[in-house]
Amino acid sequence: MSANNPVTGLEGDAPRGAAVVIVGGGVTGLSAAFWLAEAGVDVLVLERGIVGWEASGRNGGGCSHHHSPLFAEEQRLWPMMDELLGYPTEFRPDRIRISLSPEQSRLYGRAVTNARKQGFRADDLDAQTVRELVPLAGDNVHSGHYYHFGGHANPHRTVQAFAWALRDRGGRVRQHIRVTGFRQAGGRVTAVETDQGVFGCDHLLIAAGPQTGQLAARLDVTIPMRSARAEMIVTEPLPLMPLGGIDGNGLYGRQTLRGNLAYGGGPHEWVETEGDSGGIRPSTPLAGSIARRVAELLPKAAHARVIRSWSGIIENTPDGRPVLDNPAGPGNLTVATMSGVGFGLSPASGRALMQLVLQGHCDFADISSLGLDRFTALEPDWAELQGWLPAGLAAV
Amino acid sequence: MIADPRSVAGKQLVIDETTRILVVGAGPAGVAAARAAQAGGAQVVLIDENPVPYETMAEHVPQIWGGRMGGAVRNRNAIQEQMLDARPDLMQLFEAGVDIRLGTACWGLFTNQANLGWMPGRVAGLLDIEKNSHLIGFEQAIIATGRRDMGLAFPGWDQPGVMGANAALTLSRLYGALDSKRAVMLGATSEALIAALDLIADGIEIVAVVEQAAASVADEQLVRRIHDAGIEIMLNEAPRGVTSDANGVTGLVLQDRTISCDTVILGVGAVPMIDLLQAAGADCRFDGMRSGYVPALGAGFETSLKAIRAVGDCAGIWAKKSADASLAEAEGRLAAAAALDAIGLAAAAPDIAVPRPERSGDPAGDDLGDYRKAWVHASVIGAPSGTHVCQCEEITAAELLDVSPPHYLDVPRLPNRQRSLAEILGDGPPDPDHIKRLTRAGMGPCQGRRCREQIQALLALHEDLPLAAVPLAGYRSPVRPMTLVAASLPEDPAIAAVWDSWFGMPRQWVPYWEVDEKYTVASLATEKDHVSE
Repeated sequence: MSANNPVTGLEGDAPRGAAVVIVGGGVTGLSAAFWLAEAGVDVLVLERGIVGWEASGRNGGGCSHHHSPLFAEEQRLWPMMDELLGYPTEFRPDRIRISLSPEQSRLYGRAVTNARKQGFRADDLDAQTVRELVPLAGDNVHSGHYYHFGGHANPHRTVQAFAWALRDRGGRVRQHIRVTGFRQAGGRVTAVETDQGVFGCDHLLIAAGPQTGQLAARLDVTIPMRSARAEMIVTEPLPLMPLGGIDGNGLYGRQTLRGNLAYGGGPHEWVETEGDSGGIRPSTPLAGSIARRVAELLPKAAHARVIRSWSGIIENTPDGRPVLDNPAGPGNLTVATMSGVGFGLSPASGRALMQLVLQGHCDFADISSLGLDRFTALEPDWAELQGWLPAGLAAV
Repeated sequence: MIADPRSVAGKQLVIDETTRILVVGAGPAGVAAARAAQAGGAQVVLIDENPVPYETMAEHVPQIWGGRMGGAVRNRNAIQEQMLDARPDLMQLFEAGVDIRLGTACWGLFTNQANLGWMPGRVAGLLDIEKNSHLIGFEQAIIATGRRDMGLAFPGWDQPGVMGANAALTLSRLYGALDSKRAVMLGATSEALIAALDLIADGIEIVAVVEQAAASVADEQLVRRIHDAGIEIMLNEAPRGVTSDANGVTGLVLQDRTISCDTVILGVGAVPMIDLLQAAGADCRFDGMRSGYVPALGAGFETSLKAIRAVGDCAGIWAKKSADASLAEAEGRLAAAAALDAIGLAAAAPDIAVPRPERSGDPAGDDLGDYRKAWVHASVIGAPSGTHVCQCEEITAAELLDVSPPHYLDVPRLPNRQRSLAEILGDGPPDPDHIKRLTRAGMGPCQGRRCREQIQALLALHEDLPLAAVPLAGYRSPVRPMTLVAASLPEDPAIAAVWDSWFGMPRQWVPYWEVDEKYTVASLATEKDHVSE
C-alpha cells in the first residue's frame, strides 16, 4: 500500500476473518470467491504471492474440456463472463484443431465424439478448408476439426477480472500472506493462522494448487497429488488470424488477441512439491521441441520470432481428474484441485465450489466422479507405480 | 523403477558439443577469463554475439541501437573483419588456442536446480552466425555479457537517432559503423562522460551533455575533462522533444532552446546485462553501488547456480571499473581461477584483490535510485500524453500507472479506473511483472530492454518507494529473439515417440460418464481409448 496514498477498503493492520476463507488466489479459488461474493457471502482469499501468479496465469487459455462433468457449464458461462465480471477476459469462442497425420486425426476424433455426444457441434474439415480458415497453416495439413464450442481467453486478464469482480462485490483478497496452520474446535475449522495474524472462518476452502495436499494434510485430509513442470513458448505478435483458437499437432495454445502465438506440449517433469511456493521457474531446452512443432503446425509463421518461454508447476491427482469435495473430517471444509486443468473450467468449477460450500452439493452438474472417495482403494505407492517420482535434485 | 513414459524421464537432450569452460562475452572480463582458463589447461569456448544480426539490431536487441547503424552492419562478414581489426587481443587469444566464435549469441543457460532435475548436465543454447541453434554442454560458465543502457521516454525518443551510450560505443569502436556526427549526451554520470570522451576520440562531436540534476553526479576528474574538451554540461534540463526529418533526429528540444544534433545518446543509466543469468534462475538482487539488479556472487564470482559465474559489467558497474579495464580483467582472472579449481585443474589463485565498488555510494542504492527516479520524473512524467514508455506495445506512463487494458481491447474505461494502483494490485510493492501481465508493458519483441528500468522508476515514484523496493521484471529465455525455425533444436526421437499435448495420462480425458467408481493403478491394466486434451 502506498505511504502517501492510503486506500480505504483494503485490509488494515487487524486481521478480519470472513464467513468463508479461501486459501489460494489462483483461478479456481478466485472464481469460487467471485461466485460466493456474488451470492452475498462475506469471503476472504489468502494468497501467498500475487493472484494468478503461478499456473493460473501461465497456461494455454483453452476453454474446451469435453471430458468434464463441468463441460456444459463451462460452455454456458464463458460467453457471458465479461459481462458477469465487468472486466474483459478476452474470451473468444470456437476452435480449430489441426491434424497433420491420420494418427492425429484419429486421436483428436475421440474428443470430437465425446463433445458431440453431449450435444455440441463439431465439423470435420478437409485440408483445403483448414488452409482457408487458418491463414498460417500449410501444405502439410491432413485434416481438421472445427469446434462450435470452447474457445480461449487470456489467463492473466481473467484471474485479475475475478479478483477485481469479487472485490467489487465486497469480497477481499490478501496477497503476500502465508498460511502457517489452522485452528480447529468441535470438529470444525475455526480459523486460519498466517504470518500476518489469525483469520476466523465459518467455512474453509483450500484451493492452493500444488500446496493443496500439504495444507489439507494439516487437517488430516489426504489428497493424493504430485507436482510437475510443463513449458510453453510465445512468439512476437503476428497479424490476427480469423480464429485465434488454433491448435493441434500435439500442441495446446492459441493466438492471443495481441497476435502472439502461445503454445505448449510435450514431456513434463515430475518434481518435488515445494514447501513454500515461488521462484523464477526457468524453462529448459524443451522449448526447442515446442518451437519445432509450432513451425510445423503453422508453417507460414515459421519465421516468427520466439520472444519468451514459460514454465509452470502443476499439481496432478493420480488419475489426472479434479477433486471438488467436502471431505470427511472437519465439517466445514471444502477442498479443490483441478489437477492441472483448471483455467478453462474455472467459471464452472468456482460455481460448483460455491454450491459445495453453501449447500453441500452441486445442483447443475454431476460431480460425483470428482470426489475424494474414488481413491479409497488407491495403492499407497501409487506415485512410484505410475513413475511419478522426481529424478531427484541433481547437483547445481 | 517405473518411469512415466510421457515425462522427461529417459529422454535425452541433443548436445552437439561440450566444453569444460564456456565464456560468454568477449569484453575485457571475458577475454581475461578465457585467457586465464586456457592457460590453466582447460578447454575453453569463448563466444560473443557481436556482430549482432541486422534484424536483431532492428528490434533494439540487445542494445538501444537507435537506427544509427551504418549500412555496413548488413554485411556481417565485413563487420567481423572490422571487429578483429579493432580487437587484436581476440586474434592473440585465437592463436593461443581458444575456440572463439563471433556472431554467436547465447540465448539460454540451463542447469538443474529446484523444480528442474532432468537434464544430464549444464547446457547453453547458442545461436551461431548462420542463425542455427544448438546446445553446448559445459562444466563451468563465466558470463561476461556486459551492459546495456536504461531507456528514457520523451517525445520523439522513438525516432532514429535516439540511442544508448553503449550502443553508440559498440557501433563506433567495434563495428566502425556509427552513423552519427553531432550528438548530445543525456546524463552526466561517470559512465556517460566516459562514453562521451571515447566518442570524441572516435571523431564524433559531442555538442552538449544534458543533466536534469543541479550538479553533475560524475567523478570530478571526468567533469574537468569534459569541460576541457569545451563541452557544456547543461544542468537542470531535460529533453522536451526532438526535431526530426525523414532520417530521424535533427535536434534536441530543451526548455527554451533546441540543440542541433543528429543523435541523442541515452547515458542516464548503465545497466548490468543480467538477462541470461536471471533467466537461468540465478538469484539477482538490487545493489545501488553496482548500478541495479546484479547476481548475488560468492568469493569465486559464482552465482547462486554454483557452476555459473559472472564477471565484468554484468556483475556490477561502478565508475572506477568503467574507467579502468584492469578491474574487469581482474574479475575475469579470479573467476577463471575459481572455475579451474572447480573442475580439478589446480591453478594458483592470482594475487590480485577482488575489485569492489568504492564506498562513496550508498549501499542501499538510494543515490542511484534517486538519480534514476529524478530522470524519469523530469523526462517521462513531464512528457506530454502520448509518449510511449514501452515502445513495442505503445504504452504511456499514465496507462501504465492506471493499469489500463491494452489498446487492442478497445475498452478504455474499466470500472476500476478510479482506483489507485495500490488498490488495483493489492498488498505489497507493485510488481512490474504484474503490471506487465495487465498492460503488456515490457512484453514486446525488445523483451523489455527499453522500458524495464523506466517502469521500475515509475512505480517507485508513484508509490513513494526506494527504487530498490520495486522487484525486477523477470527475464525469460530465449533472451535473444529467434525464429521458430532457429529455435527448433535437434530432438531425441524418444521425445517425438511419446509426444502428447498434455500429460498423456490414461484416464485424464476419459469422458466423465465412462469413469470407474474407484481409481487404482491396477485398474489401468484395462485399456481405454487414449483421448487427447
